[in-house]
Amino acid sequence: MKAPSFEYAKAESVDEALELLGRFGDDAKVIAGGQSLVPALNMRLAGPSALIDIGAIGELRGIKLDGAVMRIGALTRHCEIMASGEIARHVPLLAKAVPNIAHEAIRNRGTIGGSLANADPAAEWPACSLALGAVMEIAGQNGRRKVSAADFFQGYYTTAIEPDEILIAIEFPVISADYRSAFMELSRRKGDYAMVGLAAHARVSGGVFNDVRLSFFNVADRPVLAVSAAAVLEGKEMSVQAVEQAQQALGDDLDPLGDLYCSPEYKIRLARVLTGRVLSQLAAG
Amino acid sequence: MSGGNAMEKTYPVTVIVNGTPMTALVPARLTLADFLRNEAELTGTHVGCEHGVCGACTVRVDGRTVRGCLTLAVQCDGAEVETIEGATEDGRIKDLQDAFIERNALQCGFCTPGFLMAADELLNDNPSPTREEIREHLSGNYCRCTGYQAIVEAVEMTAARRRGEAQ
Ligand SMILES: Cc1cc2nc3c(=O)[nH]c(=O)nc-3n(C[C@H](O)[C@H](O)[C@H](O)COP(=O)(O)OP(=O)(O)OC[C@H]3O[C@@H](n4cnc5c(N)ncnc54)[C@H](O)[C@@H]3O)c2cc1C
Ligand code: FES
Ligand code: FES
Repeated sequence: MKAPSFEYAKAESVDEALELLGRFGDDAKVIAGGQSLVPALNMRLAGPSALIDIGAIGELRGIKLDGAVMRIGALTRHCEIMASGEIARHVPLLAKAVPNIAHEAIRNRGTIGGSLANADPAAEWPACSLALGAVMEIAGQNGRRKVSAADFFQGYYTTAIEPDEILIAIEFPVISADYRSAFMELSRRKGDYAMVGLAAHARVSGGVFNDVRLSFFNVADRPVLAVSAAAVLEGKEMSVQAVEQAQQALGDDLDPLGDLYCSPEYKIRLARVLTGRVLSQLAAG
Repeated sequence: MSGGNAMEKTYPVTVIVNGTPMTALVPARLTLADFLRNEAELTGTHVGCEHGVCGACTVRVDGRTVRGCLTLAVQCDGAEVETIEGATEDGRIKDLQDAFIERNALQCGFCTPGFLMAADELLNDNPSPTREEIREHLSGNYCRCTGYQAIVEAVEMTAARRRGEAQ
């Protein structure tokens, strides 16, 4: 199908984008890579009065290491994260997750900020941000504010970004020496959104797990930290029993809704399978 | 004006299509794929699903492949776009095209321009892709006729020939 008609304005700066959003009102939408928005327009699931194109704002692009923080501009494309040696070294969870996002031609245009703002419950970046405790920087008419990943995702396709605000950048903590990351998802076909996925991060020293973060996606209306399973693993070594206890505890953490392809029981089962595989990866390093 | 109506607001864009600048007034909702087909009259870029899943609309924008159906023409003001016609005229994919014919990697041909554009990008990035890497790179392109085997073989064969290995 073809999109309904809308107006279009290109912003050269964050201030101009905010001014345009204010001028066009609540029905206006920001367009970044367009890889979620244009399908929605073409299928007439979205009908904004105007699109504000932020694609040319240089300030929103780029990956910068600043002490213990990796700052990624909202407009940074999936392919740029995939190609970044700094990301692979300092925030390896992102490097492990990115090949699972869509396909090359979509990664060449889609942006991390667009994915986070879109907040699809099956998307990879929201789960990674939650696992790592990332912080989102948001700009509005009244200045800039920071929101932690735990407060940022508020439901299906719903975030802390107000209609007159723009996501500017995401700050990820740089991985410390004894921490490890692992990522895995199960999807029907390569590049499809996951049926269930798991982004994990933990301290593994002397074979013992501490500070385990298991961030599941496509099990609820937003990414979910499995706190009971993580608590079970605290201070334990990798073993068949430890994995089984964590898998069991997931029953307290997850209460998935079924969808077109998976019943709730099947999703729990997939989550348990992923937990076993991901813990093995974490333990192996 | 394609994709629009008499009252619809239009925006000026200049897109460099296969090396030649082209200026037009387009409605904001016109996709790059429809711009190429209807304004530039380059119908090698195909339009299948119009929501990013089939890859028939694959073209290059500023050197990288994109979905023509998920890119708006207005977003391409000043951009360099290359279509299957440009890549063909350039001559650099002649061997790839020949390999597609040799291996029967196309039947109806609807998907072929998209596959050629995607495979061309892969072979530029990686002269020695494994079959797994070929499948991974082409995973965003659908073919409803061939069953993919012959397409993977044509790409693999082209890579081998370019490396000077007889096939
Ligand atoms: C076939 C297909 C498969 C895909 N598979 C996956 C997948 O497996 N995993 C996955 O995660 N994604 C997938 N995607 C989506 C893709 O990753 C998108 O790139 C991403 O979801 C949105 O990024 P974008 O830059 O394209 O945003 P856009 O489409 O431009 O915008 C998306 C939404 O976010 C808003 N927005 C964008 N940027 C900002 C900002 N800076 N501030 C405030 N609001 C903003 C827009 O207004 C819009 O509502 C797929 C897409 C397609 C077409
Ligand atoms: S027409 Fe663009 S991906 Fe199908
Ligand atoms: S040859 Fe018919 S769709 Fe591929």
